[in-house]
Amino acid sequence: MTTKAAPSSRRAGRWARTPKAPYFFILPYLLIFLTFWAWPIISSFLMSFKDSRLGASAPYALSNWSRLVEDEFFRTALRNTFVILLIQVPLMLSLATVLAVALNSKLLKAAGWFRFAFFAPLVVGTVAYSAVFRLLFNTDFGMVNRALTGIGLPAVDWLNQSGPAMSVIIMALLWRWTGYNAIILLAGLQGISEDVYEAASIDGATPAQQFWKITLPLLRPTLLFCLVLSVIGTLQLFTEPALITNSGPGNATMTLGTYLYQQGFRSFNFGYASAIAYTVAAIAAVFSIIQLRLFGRDS
Amino acid sequence: MTATPRSTAPAVVSETARRRSSSVWLHLALLPLALIFLAPLWIMAVFSTHPETVIFSPNPPLWFGGAFMENFRGLQADTNFMRTMLNSTVIASLYTVFSMVLTSMGGYAFAKFEFPGKNWLFGLILATLTIPAFVTIIPQFILVARDLKLSNTYWAVILPTLANTIGIFYMRQAFQTVPTDLLNAARIDGASEARIFWQIALPIVRPALAALAILLFLASWNDYLWPLIVLTQKDSYTMPVALGTLVGLTRVSWGGIMVGTAISTIPFLVLFLSLQRHFVAGIAGGAVKD
Repeated sequence: MTTKAAPSSRRAGRWARTPKAPYFFILPYLLIFLTFWAWPIISSFLMSFKDSRLGASAPYALSNWSRLVEDEFFRTALRNTFVILLIQVPLMLSLATVLAVALNSKLLKAAGWFRFAFFAPLVVGTVAYSAVFRLLFNTDFGMVNRALTGIGLPAVDWLNQSGPAMSVIIMALLWRWTGYNAIILLAGLQGISEDVYEAASIDGATPAQQFWKITLPLLRPTLLFCLVLSVIGTLQLFTEPALITNSGPGNATMTLGTYLYQQGFRSFNFGYASAIAYTVAAIAAVFSIIQLRLFGRDS
Repeated sequence: MTATPRSTAPAVVSETARRRSSSVWLHLALLPLALIFLAPLWIMAVFSTHPETVIFSPNPPLWFGGAFMENFRGLQADTNFMRTMLNSTVIASLYTVFSMVLTSMGGYAFAKFEFPGKNWLFGLILATLTIPAFVTIIPQFILVARDLKLSNTYWAVILPTLANTIGIFYMRQAFQTVPTDLLNAARIDGASEARIFWQIALPIVRPALAALAILLFLASWNDYLWPLIVLTQKDSYTMPVALGTLVGLTRVSWGGIMVGTAISTIPFLVLFLSLQRHFVAGIAGGAVKD
């Protein structure tokens, strides 16, 4: 009893000595956080129940949510986003893992330059690289088609066909984000003790066995972190489809992000855009929970 | 008798030979991939120095030309690019400074103090960490553009982005490495809390702060969606917003666009080359706990 009471009285004593300092330190951030982050989260939820179209009168209604269920464009955006998510994220994380292992290898010479090559894209802005990719994949003048025809392959009408347009978005994302994930994974790799590998090679484990049995399991928490970040990022994809393909051809690369922008800031239908935004948040939450259940058992 | 040295010598040779051949394979696999990753950046830089007729010619150039200034003048005429450079620089600098102040003060409080409501507050911030920014942009827009009437100002871009939850976590983690005894010693000596923070705690976390500053500046410099929403007048545009308006047009000078992308990118590539460790520490620091 007395031992339990001691910490709280000590805390009270410390509290008397430094009464306002922590609140003073936290207050400026807290004001910004509450005004520009916490309140908007609530406000957006309330707004999704408001009919914000011109002339609408009902204060609270389910019209946005019922429209969402029937909206064909929303379904297209949702499907496109999932296609990108299911193809790009696994490709990127596999490539990033392999890259991280390669860049961590003691056999690699000039590692600094290789790191620069793979990490450099992450300082490039989304607008800048979207512009470059749009130019590179131009059907008539782009370098990619010039290179394809140069080695005897047929040119591809990249940006005017739905499949190729989607693959350009995926390639662009791979280029921009693989290095970013490789950095995080590399840090995770460097946290794995050398001793584990030494013990394994003394026991006769091949490099491939070491990768599957040691590296991958120990990297799981880091991979999970990358996976959660990538899923949330992909669900909010906006700049690349907006600038590289203009959501086209014929909405073939329209994502939840570009559709939300169109509804919110082209049509100024705030209520409906909020419903879309909360759907994105719900999907992100479901994904995060599934990922934690599947891959995050012990962490 | 002679069999023993003969059989061990090849074993040693084959081990080093095996290492050498896997090293060769590693480089053979990695080099083309590295070149593919560098190609878009190289082409961006090269194309910024050629007129459009050359960029679109059947044999596009792979080495630098002399049309950079001409392209820049075209870009300046299209977008008042000098003004957008100034806007981007001011916005990213102000954002970085303010965000560093806010997140380091907040992170310090969470790392080094016990106070009523601490866990509750930290839980609140933690709970909103993974909420997609999409959820907040519409209310933020109403608040900034309609209620505060800040459209087309620097503050419209800066204020909402200051609610940077990851920064708080990052700085909290950094301040946890500061020994509490050191702070208590200063308290016994009668130093004020503000002075302890400024003169003792902050200098210790300077490397983490440097890494954070780079990432904050870069994030603001490259941000597109939010500035696009609150900046509607040409002279208030940031570089990405101005370039984005050009990309969508049909009649547009691609030489000029490549100049714009090169100007917004190349300073950071140079910075990245020289400060790679800080970039890497910043990105990895948010992710990996020791």
